[in-house]
Amino acid sequence: MKTRHQGVATLSAAVVAGLLAATAAQAQDKEFTIAVSIPAATHGWTGGVVYHAQEAEKQLEAAFPNIDVIVSTASSATAQVSSLEDLSATNELDALVILPFTSEELTGPVEQVASNGTFITVVDRGLADPSIQDLYVAGDNIAVGANTAKWLVDKLGGEGEIVVLRGIPTVIDDERIKGFRDVIDETDIEILDIQYANWNQDEAFTLMQDYLARYPNIDAVWANDDDMLLGVLEAVDEAGRDDIKYALGGNGMKQVIEMVKAGDERTPISTPYPPSMIASAMYMTAAQFAGQAPMRGSFKLDAPLITPENADQFYFPDSPF
Amino acid sequence: MSSAERAAGPQSEGFKIRWGDLAPFIALAMIVLLGVLINSNFMSGNNILNVMTRSAFIAIIGVGATFVIATGGLDLSVGSMMAFVTGIMIMAMNAMAPAIGVWAIPAGALVALVVGSLCGLMNGMIITVGRIEPFIVTLGTMGIFRAFITFMSDGGSLSIDRSLRSAYRPVYFGDFLGIPYPVLITIVIALVGAFLLYRTKYGRRVTAVGSNADVARFSGVHVGRVRTLAFVIQGFCVAVAAICYVPRLGAATPTTGQLWELQVITAVVIGGTLLRGGKAHIWGTVAGALILEIIANVMVLSDMVSEYLVAAVQGAIIIIAMLAHRFTKAR
Repeated sequence: MKTRHQGVATLSAAVVAGLLAATAAQAQDKEFTIAVSIPAATHGWTGGVVYHAQEAEKQLEAAFPNIDVIVSTASSATAQVSSLEDLSATNELDALVILPFTSEELTGPVEQVASNGTFITVVDRGLADPSIQDLYVAGDNIAVGANTAKWLVDKLGGEGEIVVLRGIPTVIDDERIKGFRDVIDETDIEILDIQYANWNQDEAFTLMQDYLARYPNIDAVWANDDDMLLGVLEAVDEAGRDDIKYALGGNGMKQVIEMVKAGDERTPISTPYPPSMIASAMYMTAAQFAGQAPMRGSFKLDAPLITPENADQFYFPDSPF
Repeated sequence: MSSAERAAGPQSEGFKIRWGDLAPFIALAMIVLLGVLINSNFMSGNNILNVMTRSAFIAIIGVGATFVIATGGLDLSVGSMMAFVTGIMIMAMNAMAPAIGVWAIPAGALVALVVGSLCGLMNGMIITVGRIEPFIVTLGTMGIFRAFITFMSDGGSLSIDRSLRSAYRPVYFGDFLGIPYPVLITIVIALVGAFLLYRTKYGRRVTAVGSNADVARFSGVHVGRVRTLAFVIQGFCVAVAAICYVPRLGAATPTTGQLWELQVITAVVIGGTLLRGGKAHIWGTVAGALILEIIANVMVLSDMVSEYLVAAVQGAIIIIAMLAHRFTKAR
């Protein structure tokens, strides 16, 4: 027994010493540590966020040897709070790039990190108190809804009957729907129905089947997200309904961008709400430390229409989303 | 003890109409009637067929869950397991497609059945050999399966090879004499399940174990084996559901089958199976699955409720159905 204990002790001592040496070596040539805290890949869009964050990590570390990037994913708001505590307890963070799960719950913990003098970049969902952040990078959800609506109004000549699928009850969903509704309400287009399908392909398929059963004529469908759009298209094709002239989503999912590129008649456009915004935020944060480029303020990504002409710019074949 | 008495009841009931057993069908009829009153499109052939086809998944998994719940167990992992089996099946099919063409479909289906049964076996073995509560074990495997499908799909989606799509599509969208295949498969699975439960020695042991495991053990029943086999049946049913599911959207995603475990348990309980075990009702489960799907369908076909409150109405209807069940049984 004794020898085994000693063996274990020696072994762990060696491991610890090795780790210390490694971290020491790392600490010497890495001057700045940037932590990135994002939601885990639980559905398509967050899957894209994780992919782009990891790609940006590789690129940044290759480009700037003095910057160390740590990407950490969390499966819930509570888990994200814990991971923030872990990150700030075990590292001297120069900067934190965070895509908060929820605004209210993360505000306090991020403020805690900021109080150590850490540079804070907030992505996508804002915190309840914007004064905590140094940099804010987000997409424009109102524009996602509004730009899609404007295109639709133009194509339908300002009249017709449409149905809408909502996502999960959140600020993001509310904003997109508001942007869309505000434009549509000015026209003679009637929104026949609007229900939640929770950004889920399956539920969108089911909901669309019900819409089709109920309404003999639907001119267009807006699914507010490309994941749901795929479910919608499947239901429409199966029912063989050709009254539906346009079926639109949003987000810039790979499969949908492919359809846009191919000049699909029913889905000729999409609107980006790109998961790659995490990469934009990471690059800007790195510039704060690596370049002579002070980064303060708010940066809102535009939501221009994705058309066959510009689709290539929004197409990332290796991304899972 | 009351559940043991109830399980020992058949000889005394004879030809009497058992209102308690009819309750789910009465509830189903009432909800259908509600649907007809609310919207004339409800009874259109297409709508009815769509709803029946959609409810196949919950019904098929529910048949397996009826066995598990009848033995006094509970399986929270079925939704995640469905997604995991779906993912494995798609990967297997895609890998085999270049070599054997459309034969990859039956081969993939076979893989799914084996993997599903093994998943069930794993749940069952951990529960019986490890002597851990089914609730906890399947809560654990629920997380494991969900993480695996997320990992396998990279958080995005895992789609079936394009060359297989058109050949596989009819399994969900096709029909035989006007009856969609998923509905036929549900009927076959329910018939086999009913035979197994009501006409075999194993079936009697399932309810005996659920009524009182100690009494069953003293009567020479191998309780662990009966329980484990119930989980294997559950895993097999999950795989059958996965086989019907894949052709629908042609992909598995991290949200595939999310929260289905709760729908399945609801369907089983609405159907008249006791949550604490000892009494099982296969056809009631099928009716329960239909009730859940039709409630959702009727909600969309009606204009009466704000989109924010749909879930509240669905929940209320489920509770009312259970209360109706309780009162018909009390007679």
